[in-house]
Amino acid sequence: MMEDSKKLEEFQAKIDADVKIEPKDWMPDKYRQNLIRQISQHAHSEIIGMQPEGNWLTRAPSLRSKKILMAKIQDEAGHGLYLYCAAETLGVKREQFLKWLHDGVAKYSSVFNYPTLSWADIGAIGWLVDGAAIVNQVSLQGTSYGPYSRAMVKICKEESFHQRQGYEIIVNLANGTKEQKQMAQDALDRWWWPSIMMFGPHDADSAHSNQSLKWKIKRESNDELRQRYIDKTIHQGEHLGLTFPDENLSWNDKTNHYDYSPIDWDEFWNVVKGNGPGNKARLAHHTKAHNDGAWVREAAIAFQEKQKLKSKIA
Amino acid sequence: MSKDNQGDLWEVFIQPKAGRPHKHVGSLHAYDKEMAMKSARDLYTRRQEGVGIWIVKAEEIISSQAADAESFFDPSDDKIYRHPTFYEIPDGIKHI
Repeated sequence: MMEDSKKLEEFQAKIDADVKIEPKDWMPDKYRQNLIRQISQHAHSEIIGMQPEGNWLTRAPSLRSKKILMAKIQDEAGHGLYLYCAAETLGVKREQFLKWLHDGVAKYSSVFNYPTLSWADIGAIGWLVDGAAIVNQVSLQGTSYGPYSRAMVKICKEESFHQRQGYEIIVNLANGTKEQKQMAQDALDRWWWPSIMMFGPHDADSAHSNQSLKWKIKRESNDELRQRYIDKTIHQGEHLGLTFPDENLSWNDKTNHYDYSPIDWDEFWNVVKGNGPGNKARLAHHTKAHNDGAWVREAAIAFQEKQKLKSKIA
Repeated sequence: MSKDNQGDLWEVFIQPKAGRPHKHVGSLHAYDKEMAMKSARDLYTRRQEGVGIWIVKAEEIISSQAADAESFFDPSDDKIYRHPTFYEIPDGIKHI
């Protein structure tokens, strides 16, 4: 016990001095568990997030937009893989992460449980959902766990393409016919609040926040990040003549931030608990794709074993 | 090993430009060398990040232990004469 408290002290000193923690370094078990939960949740979000976008791949309005959307979805897969690898350095196997996802033990960002009803939703996902994700991920570049931080740096480099492609879709619709502008407005109406909820519960109600900040797993609180996202996004929508679905949204000269209405947390928790419009379908789709691929993995494993045998004989 | 797995873990190193050293960028899972190479290309060079790729099976890497770093790197601690700043040069001497 004495030794543990000394180790803990040294650990905290490293964190305070902004020294990154690496996989083989000593770390408190809670730090490890916290990271396993957060990084895998982040990875799952990237992978599940491919589904609402994939929904429009065959119906993209032009070859240009189809190519771009395909590249974006491929990036999401890549981001998921960077993050799974970072999470695995904590001693959990990839297969286990997938099992936790399929068993409903691990969560992913609730925002991906909402449906993409029109092409404008692809724009809204890039502009708002990726826009919110970027605010969070830029902050996480400074996370204390080395592999997570390095994955974030790579992901941030690629994310701004995502946000811009989404915004471009919204710009084109907003500058189009009356019906097209209405599509953009409708997408904003449906995605605005879910994107705000992506930052999670208020600081006072966030189960893991304090410890995460002390260990620098997170660098800024949910509410700080949420406010930054709101502050930078309003102008982008108003510039296009779009209206945010919040009558209390107004600039506050005293705080130098936007004020906004209270968040509907019942809606948030309802979706987190699995009752959102798409929870069951998203998970079922992922599970099916994984199970349908079992024969490919089986063949690959058989091939791998044969190669190993060959090299032994030679 | 379970019959359903994601393959071995490989570490990936990318050479950003000809003449530059390869640098570690991350890891991936693959069942053989060829698949590892193709996945590394698709995963780590989607935006012309490199002109060369090295891949090493993670289990083949031999690494020093962070916990032993102090004693392990001790031999270089007391040899400051290996640094140019150790030597005194008279004022006015240039290009040295």
